[in-house]
Amino acid sequence: MNKIFAVASVVIRELYRRKDFYVLFILTVLITGLMWLMNFFHDQQIIRFIKEICLVLIWISALVIAVTTAARQIPAERESRTIFPLLAKPISRWQVLVGKFLGCWLATGMALLVFYVFFALVSASREHTLRFDAYSQALWLHWQMLGIVIAMAMLGSVALSTPAANMTMVFVITLGILLMGGFLHKVAQGMTEPAASIVTAIYFIIPHLELFNVNELIIHDWPIVPWLDLLIATFYGLAYTAIFLIGACLVFRRKALN
Amino acid sequence: MRTALLTIALLLALCFGLITWLQPRREARIDKLEPGSSTLASLLGDGRQFVSDYFYTEADVYFHSGYYPSVFDQARKQEEADSDVSHPEEGSEQEEKGFMGEPLDWIDRFSRHFLPSRHTHLPGEKVREILPWLKLSAELDPHNIRAYLVADYWLRNRLHQSQEAEDFVRDGLKYNPRSPDLLFALGQIYLEDRKEYPRAKNLFLAALKCWHERDDSKPEKSDNGGDVKDYFLLENIFDGLVQTEISAGDFNQALDYMKQLKTIAADPAAVQKRIDELEAQIKSQPPHQN
Repeated sequence: MNKIFAVASVVIRELYRRKDFYVLFILTVLITGLMWLMNFFHDQQIIRFIKEICLVLIWISALVIAVTTAARQIPAERESRTIFPLLAKPISRWQVLVGKFLGCWLATGMALLVFYVFFALVSASREHTLRFDAYSQALWLHWQMLGIVIAMAMLGSVALSTPAANMTMVFVITLGILLMGGFLHKVAQGMTEPAASIVTAIYFIIPHLELFNVNELIIHDWPIVPWLDLLIATFYGLAYTAIFLIGACLVFRRKALN
Repeated sequence: MRTALLTIALLLALCFGLITWLQPRREARIDKLEPGSSTLASLLGDGRQFVSDYFYTEADVYFHSGYYPSVFDQARKQEEADSDVSHPEEGSEQEEKGFMGEPLDWIDRFSRHFLPSRHTHLPGEKVREILPWLKLSAELDPHNIRAYLVADYWLRNRLHQSQEAEDFVRDGLKYNPRSPDLLFALGQIYLEDRKEYPRAKNLFLAALKCWHERDDSKPEKSDNGGDVKDYFLLENIFDGLVQTEISAGDFNQALDYMKQLKTIAADPAAVQKRIDELEAQIKSQPPHQN
């Protein structure tokens, strides 16, 4: 386990040395700040619109940070040939991969924490209340979702030829699931066979990332998600993360590195 | 190093100077090409109507606190409505379950714990949350009359911001000077909020004239969902005129408008009852007050 954490700590250090997070965070702050300054009918209590914009920016930024960080890990090690001295140490391939995953996931989690603290401040500035439980749930679920995405990107980074192809693929799949995943069974109802069965099968196979999106609940001040449901969603997310990670380990085990 | 910094400072000053010179010219050019168009609208081109409609729908989504059917739910509802033709008894039952209907599977059932799943409307002054979308919708498509009218309704009736409503309706009139809906909305502000009856009357008369210009050539009914005469608006305009005349004390003129209202009203009997009441009131008044 120490070896995994050692690899993970290197990845975390790499993230805060890189500029991606800072640039995206500053952009989020700037755009949200501009929205905050906008004047709609001289009403200074309008907040849901600003919350929505801020959350959209957080989701985009977090996704970019997670995918670009995860997709580059193994290809960068291979390209700079640092993978060979790394594997020459008493560490197995799966430990390297899991360490890389853990590093990316923890680093993204830290970035996410900063984003959500900013979101809570923006929200509290006009609502004068802090829904700590709701924001914590949103942060937690968002982080679980990113775990699946990072694991998917790790699998892509060992299975696909270039990081660019991997990033494109993961972005398309993630956005596709987020936008359409929850509706595939409804789409299938209007289809004829065999297309209906294929779409239904895809619906049950894909990880339903939209389950981890509670933006509507926190924008419109709905009650929080029941804690048991949150726990089930967490296990659901961890299961898919494990599936992708095991797949990545299996591919990486037999992968020629030169 | 110092020279480089000075050069950067000089270039920044130059850029700043240039942009203050260029920007007004650019805006004047855009305004010449398309009067009243904002920069955002110019950027979006013809797609702005689509985005404007999307923002208008988003206002409705906010009004329902996020509980709103997606395009897929709407498609499904349409299919169910079609099937109701042969199974009408099932239709009413499904309607009570909301647009989501029964969950189709365990994922569908579970996912509903993470989404708004109850039909509500924004209470009290919280309705202000829909206003940014309406304003953006109108900014992108200044001919989207609905956006002005809905914002005007909530600003006046729920938020009591009559001045903001007037400013917004006047913005709409800048781009749609002959819109009977907007003229009527402005007339209502002068009648109900400002109590300036002569101005309200002038606005209702202008709305009436513009209604005839717009709707006289339209058919009474349409089988394919096309534009038809907006009698609802015409009723409201006549009703506004009646109220204005009554408030100003000119009952005979009010009676005249009521008679015209009766010819187009959906419920002529109710209008006749009002006519009778007003006639009785006129008879009971001393002659100099008429």
